[in-house]
Amino acid sequence: MISDDVNVWLIIGVLALGTFISRFSFLGLIGDRELPEWILRHLRYTAVAVLPALIAPVVLFPPATNGEVDPARLSAAIVTLAVGVWTRNVLWAIILGAATLYGMLYLTGGFG
Amino acid sequence: MSSTTAKSTYLQGFRDGLPFLLVIAPFGLLFGVVGTEAGLNIAEVMGFGVLVIAGAAQFTAVQLMVEDAPTLIVLATSLAVNLRMAMYSAAMVPHLGKARLWQRALVSYSMVDQTYALADQKFQDETAWTLTQKLRYFAGTVTPICSTWYAMTYVGAKLGSSIPPEYALDFAIPITFLALIAPALRTLPHVIAAATSVVVALLCMNVPYSLGIIIAGIAAMIAGAQAELMLKKERAS
Repeated sequence: MISDDVNVWLIIGVLALGTFISRFSFLGLIGDRELPEWILRHLRYTAVAVLPALIAPVVLFPPATNGEVDPARLSAAIVTLAVGVWTRNVLWAIILGAATLYGMLYLTGGFG
Repeated sequence: MSSTTAKSTYLQGFRDGLPFLLVIAPFGLLFGVVGTEAGLNIAEVMGFGVLVIAGAAQFTAVQLMVEDAPTLIVLATSLAVNLRMAMYSAAMVPHLGKARLWQRALVSYSMVDQTYALADQKFQDETAWTLTQKLRYFAGTVTPICSTWYAMTYVGAKLGSSIPPEYALDFAIPITFLALIAPALRTLPHVIAAATSVVVALLCMNVPYSLGIIIAGIAAMIAGAQAELMLKKERAS
């Protein structure tokens, strides 16, 4: 749960502004100027660089199981990744990943 | 240019946007549910969905808020996820750079992965289209995609309060992110960047203030860019 001390609206406001600035940067502010190639080269990898770092610790050591490696969550993660790489389809990856999670939770008695 | 062709580019955009609802609808629904489960009220969930309107960054912010990361880290990490939007913005300049300021502001606000992908592809194919035709096409893609995003976020927030904890929603964000990352692993440098990100994040798990994610992100971006350079050199030689 998010603690009461977190100023959620501050986060929403700054995130909204910052995201808009990213989107408006060239169209509105910088205009028709070529981006230096080295900047483009790094920007290409922002999403695949940040998102795995965010979830790797949670996948291997889920807080929900007090940091113990959990077969249900780990296999769900592997299935999601495999289906995503194979089919290139985000939706199928989520559906089959979730199905694996609930199937394994059911089998290992993690439900209720 | 007659008004009927301009109108038809709007409809064309609208139609092209429809298949993406299969992704947008569950994604918005999921954010509403996960945000509510994490303790956000409905106004805050909608604040994210409508004002930020960037799914991956929203999930990032919620995940880090749940982990009690400092505000500065929440913001820096989520904004890093959205840096790719600057690339989208640059790609649209040759097509929409001459539009009025308020039009460019609206286009920027509604530039999400799906509307960008559609417009970028179409504008490269339809070289003869005028600025107006391009703007209407973009508006056409935005109409179903953004309205569905808002609506499903709201439905998710309403649903979220009634889902019991044994449904393991703690794992909704990891699954969503894995599903988003997997199709993006299309080249060797992308794979190297993702692998670096995982390894460095695990090594930095004990770094305070969730700073490990930023460290891993920067290391992974450099790894991806360097791998790309090396591959290019190899091909050239």
